[in-house]
Amino acid sequence: MNLNDLGIFLALLGAALAVILSGMGSAYGVGVAGQAAAGVVTEDPSKFAKVLILQLLPGTQGIYGLLVAFIALSKMGLLGGGVQAMDFATGCLYLAACLPIAIVGLVSARYQGRTSVAAIGIVAKKPEQFGKAMLFPAMVETYAILALLVSILAVSAL
Amino acid sequence: MAVLQMRKINICGLRKDRKSIIETLQSAGVMELTKTADEDSVFQKMDTLSYRQVFERNVLTMEQALEVLHRYAPEKTSMFAALEGKDIKAAEEFRRMETECEDILKVGKQILDFEKNISERKANVIKLESQIESLTPWLALDIPMNCRGTKRSSVMIGTIQGTVTLDQIYEAVANKAKELEAFDVEILGADKDQTCMVAVCLKEQAGELEDALRSYGFARPSQLVEEIPSVQVEVWKKKIEEFELEIKQLEDSIRQYEGRREDFKQVADYYRIRSDKYSVLGELLQSKKTFLVTGYVPEKDTVSLEDKLNRYDLAFEYEEIAEDEEPPVLLKNNAFAESAEGVTASFGLPAKGEMDPTSVMSICYVFLFGLMLSDAAYGFIVSLACFIALKKFKRMDSGLRKSLKLFMFSGLSTLFWGILFGGYFGDAVDIIAKTFLGKEVTAPIIPAVWFIPLNDPMKLLIYSMLFGTIHLYLGLAMKGYMLLKDKKYVDFICDVVLWYFLLTGLIFILLPTELFSSISQMNFVFPPIVNMLAKGAAIIGAVGILFMSGRSSKNPALRIALGAYDLYNITGWVSDVLSYSRLLALGLATGVIASVINQMGSMVGNSVLGMIVFVIVFIGGHIFNLGINVLGAYVHTCRLQYVEFFGKFYEGGGKMFEPFRRNTKYVDFKED
Repeated sequence: MNLNDLGIFLALLGAALAVILSGMGSAYGVGVAGQAAAGVVTEDPSKFAKVLILQLLPGTQGIYGLLVAFIALSKMGLLGGGVQAMDFATGCLYLAACLPIAIVGLVSARYQGRTSVAAIGIVAKKPEQFGKAMLFPAMVETYAILALLVSILAVSAL
Repeated sequence: MAVLQMRKINICGLRKDRKSIIETLQSAGVMELTKTADEDSVFQKMDTLSYRQVFERNVLTMEQALEVLHRYAPEKTSMFAALEGKDIKAAEEFRRMETECEDILKVGKQILDFEKNISERKANVIKLESQIESLTPWLALDIPMNCRGTKRSSVMIGTIQGTVTLDQIYEAVANKAKELEAFDVEILGADKDQTCMVAVCLKEQAGELEDALRSYGFARPSQLVEEIPSVQVEVWKKKIEEFELEIKQLEDSIRQYEGRREDFKQVADYYRIRSDKYSVLGELLQSKKTFLVTGYVPEKDTVSLEDKLNRYDLAFEYEEIAEDEEPPVLLKNNAFAESAEGVTASFGLPAKGEMDPTSVMSICYVFLFGLMLSDAAYGFIVSLACFIALKKFKRMDSGLRKSLKLFMFSGLSTLFWGILFGGYFGDAVDIIAKTFLGKEVTAPIIPAVWFIPLNDPMKLLIYSMLFGTIHLYLGLAMKGYMLLKDKKYVDFICDVVLWYFLLTGLIFILLPTELFSSISQMNFVFPPIVNMLAKGAAIIGAVGILFMSGRSSKNPALRIALGAYDLYNITGWVSDVLSYSRLLALGLATGVIASVINQMGSMVGNSVLGMIVFVIVFIGGHIFNLGINVLGAYVHTCRLQYVEFFGKFYEGGGKMFEPFRRNTKYVDFKED
């Protein structure tokens, strides 16, 4: 088998991993935060909007993954219909370019979810401190954004 | 742009006027009461707890009555009820409540009585229904269930565990009591775990038969009905009907009070006001003839308050606010900046001596929010929706109105950036032209006024960091302004000017380097004098910080060490500037997800079905994208303000001004 046939596969694998891993992380993060949010809403339904915002915060990593995958797919020509052959090295480059958001997305979304759970605890007890509560999960997100940035710059430079 | 000046006021009045003076203060709503001095032999507090409990119970009664009324006669509310705010009632309405509150309270209690009767009857209906259900397998029995037999015969009515057939019963009896012949067994019915049966035999053989049946699992039912089951069921059904009729009548009588709903709400609020009043009365220090009350009043409201107080025989004086005392904070900003007051308040109101950062922050907020959302169509939708809501609902809660105003301005900024970057629902225009109009699209139909970020992310990244640097410089300038205002000139030079020297010098050293130009594809060539100046500034800054940062320490070695540590803060500046790369990331996210939605919508192609699919995907997808990105822009703009911007100069920690006022839920009563 020709090694160069693997090129397009590796590139696609990169795009797929960006969506899969960051999506998994976000699903976990939004999931645990949602459980905490549901608990708060049973006690006090008027806090729904606030806890919903906190629940959604770890959801962005999944979107960043989608974003990188989409840019990668359109660069590969997979969206326009005409798949171009790709040599092995280029495929590896695509894969590597997608890895930052894939891995950091997974990890940061999980931790952001747990921070969101804690922040929801703040809102449950002190709803007026919502601004500060929102800040803690947003701090975790910084690293997902940095990874996203590197992935975007790398993919669009290829 | 300011924190309103507060004045501390002490009021001493006659004890006989105390209720009406407290009422005046409450309806004016401009004074925050503070804890007065401790009790002593002359001044004592009065226990008002029992009054308050009565009022609170009355509030609860009216709330429950409203809830019951809502259950049987739902109030018609629009989707936007939350935006409408409280009704404003004339002052006469408040006086009417004073006279009628007892009567209205009685009506409320009447409603609760009705509700209690309804639930009792409902419980009875459920009980009867379950009794009917347990009697259902016996319906085939045409003798009363407690029948034991006639003169010569014996009747055994009962159940056998499980589902059994007639043959099985006969077989079981035959096995057990072989000589028994003259008996008859009938199966009446069965449910899932028992079979109901009746057996008849001669009286003298009853014992034998019962033994035989018992060994097969026969048992007499625990509850016996003294009637033929079907007749009994009829009786019960009639009873249920009666109950249901009564329930309907009771519900109708509750519904008759639908027109009093407004009264109920007003009475609930009236009792809320009185309960608050009595909790204040309980805190007052009172002597035999006088009472004392102290609190804070915003400077602007002192004149109107004095007018009201002068109607009474009392004395009041203003007191200097002590050094260690923190007066409550009330912000006052112009129409644009006040919209961002909520953002400041979420972080923390200015502490004593700090300036209100809202006015500068509001401009940055709107600017950065637009850059993050950056889609002209989204911006237009957001600002239009907020504008309509603001125009339509005038009486909206003031916090909500300010937030909507902030989003309206942010929407306009989004529109502006969207036009610069050429985003209109992402690339919707191009996709529609290509799919449905069959045009060849090589370049965007509506070109970007500035550039398209996706085609040149590096450029936007550099600009993001430029905006970030300006934002951070502004934060440092605010710190400088505050230091100058406090006349701390040495601090101003050491903590602000030296940093400007160092940072600006470093930036100008970095710009012409190979490293920067290879990253940004931008070549800066400065004349040598600029390079010299940059180096000089950086060195002055660095040396200055090294020696001056630890100036509070007498020990020279420690002083240098503290200075070196402060110099290390340069890494903090680098990470702060890098943090603004989220402007690029979030801006791209909006555009790319929008184009994913457009692509998905256009996949079916140019046909009627294709258009329908496109419209559905387009509407649903863009609502989702708008929602998630407005959330993202909101959160991350807040973060940039709180962490990066406020981190340079602002700590917060002030206490919100909470005046003693008529704190109501449903209506606002106008002042007398």
